[in-house]
Amino acid sequence: MAVINADATRAATPRTRKSRTFLVLNTVSVVAGVTIWWGLSLAGLQFPSPAEVVAAGWTMIQDGTLVTDVGASLGRVLAGFVLGSVAAVLVGFVMGWYTVARGLFEPWIQFFRTIPPLAMLPLVLVLMGIGESPKIFVIFLAAFLACVISTYQGVVSVDRTLINAGRVLGAGDGTIFARVVVPASTPFILVGMRVGLGSAWGTLVAAELLAAQAGLGHRMQSAQLYYDLPTIFVGIITIGVLGLIMDRLLMLAGGKLTAWQENR
Amino acid sequence: MSTPKISVRDVEKIFPVGNEEFVALGGVSLDIADNEFVTVVGPSGCGKSTLLNILAGLEKPTGGTALVDGKPVSGPGPERGVIFQQYALFPWLTVRENVEFGMRTAKVPGDERRRAEHFIRLVGLEQFADALPKTLSGGMKQRCAIARAYAVNPSILLMDEPFGALDALTRVRLQEQLLETWSKDRRTVMFITHDVDEAVFLANRVVVMGARPGRIVEVIDVDLSYPRDEDMRLSPEFGALRNRVWHSVYHQRQIKEPAQ
Ligand SMILES: Nc1ncnc2c1ncn2[C@@H]1O[C@H](COP(=O)(O)OP(=O)(O)O)[C@@H](O)[C@H]1O
Ligand SMILES: [Mg+2]
Repeated sequence: MAVINADATRAATPRTRKSRTFLVLNTVSVVAGVTIWWGLSLAGLQFPSPAEVVAAGWTMIQDGTLVTDVGASLGRVLAGFVLGSVAAVLVGFVMGWYTVARGLFEPWIQFFRTIPPLAMLPLVLVLMGIGESPKIFVIFLAAFLACVISTYQGVVSVDRTLINAGRVLGAGDGTIFARVVVPASTPFILVGMRVGLGSAWGTLVAAELLAAQAGLGHRMQSAQLYYDLPTIFVGIITIGVLGLIMDRLLMLAGGKLTAWQENR
Repeated sequence: MSTPKISVRDVEKIFPVGNEEFVALGGVSLDIADNEFVTVVGPSGCGKSTLLNILAGLEKPTGGTALVDGKPVSGPGPERGVIFQQYALFPWLTVRENVEFGMRTAKVPGDERRRAEHFIRLVGLEQFADALPKTLSGGMKQRCAIARAYAVNPSILLMDEPFGALDALTRVRLQEQLLETWSKDRRTVMFITHDVDEAVFLANRVVVMGARPGRIVEVIDVDLSYPRDEDMRLSPEFGALRNRVWHSVYHQRQIKEPAQ
């Protein structure tokens, strides 16, 4: 015991030092990147300078377009992502629990997984018109396909011993499912949801580039027509920052939900 | 004599392996009396876990019958508690929640909390009642699993190498604690181990099994009184019994199967 503790304290100090070094390196890298960007724009490349981008961003915040666009994009991605994840968890559980369901669902999921959700857009636009629903639907598809296999794998890889432990303690199928299988597959579901969120976000922006009246993708698309590079930059940066924030939030929530895992 | 608590009659278990059949248990018969502590030793692969799983109702025999209280086993039941080698605690539940799990599913009457508390204290984990399993040592995990099994109030405890993964010192301590718990609160116990010392130290009777096919080689009575302690472990009587069991476990090939 004593040896292990000594090891842990010894290991802790270099680790904090290491993470601090990392933070410094991260900051240096970002500052250097922005400086190079600035340099390039001054050197006469077709780039807007960081100052121009900030100015464009400020204008867009003030006239409300950025807020509207972010709102439209986030609304779509969240709607599609939530629906997709819920459906994926349900279908994944059913597939993992019932052999018949696995047999019925599997070929379709494997097939649609090989198709990028965006490739479905033309068909979906024809079938569903040009309102919100086709966009939400492709995002739904993206989130669903990314998450369903992961959930299913979580269910089938639940430790047999835990299921047996539940059974010998008198638990029936329903209890085993709710109190053993569901919590045991949470880590898998969360991994699937993270991938699903990334996929949903990527699909959204592309969908908006093709067909939308508002949203970050739409804004960049129309800016392209006017050769408005600062607006395009604002769009790119906003997309990146929002994606990062959503990913981190999901990771944080996931960390709380799976804090019981042994090796983290 | 009244009906035995556990009665295994010509139990056979055959696993299909590819196109072949593997005889994991080839006709095993054994009676265990109420409140008896029986240990089962044998080389790895001789069907100890298979026998235990059949009694637990987790596997079905392909031949013969397993009776508990005179009735054939048809599935798991709350009157039979099982303790697994890999602890099998639910890692997302605290010690207390793990102990309460079975009480809730088995609908044990009475105040759950109080009973859980009682069994957590019985295994000395009261300071860790709200801890998650990942923060516990192996020995503590196994003590929690024992409390969880006890809490459902089973009349039979089936233990599959429960101390197999622990270091020698923890192991000896848990053996003594198990006997202490058992003497305070008697149950019928079938305890599987591959450690001869452990088998003799705990048991009223040691069942020695052999492999290919899985079978009972010998049943050895342990005429040592309880409570048992370190002195007993070092006594010549204990030594003699251990040697006998050891011989039966490790020299069974030479005795039973002459060289071909
Ligand atoms: N599900 C199974 N399918 C095929 N063979 C099995 C299965 N379960 C156990 N066996 C085999 O049966 C034999 C006895 O296993 P087990 O009861 O686990 O032995 P022990 O617990 O004594 O080490 C082993 O040789 C094992 O490989
Ligand atoms: Mg075994």
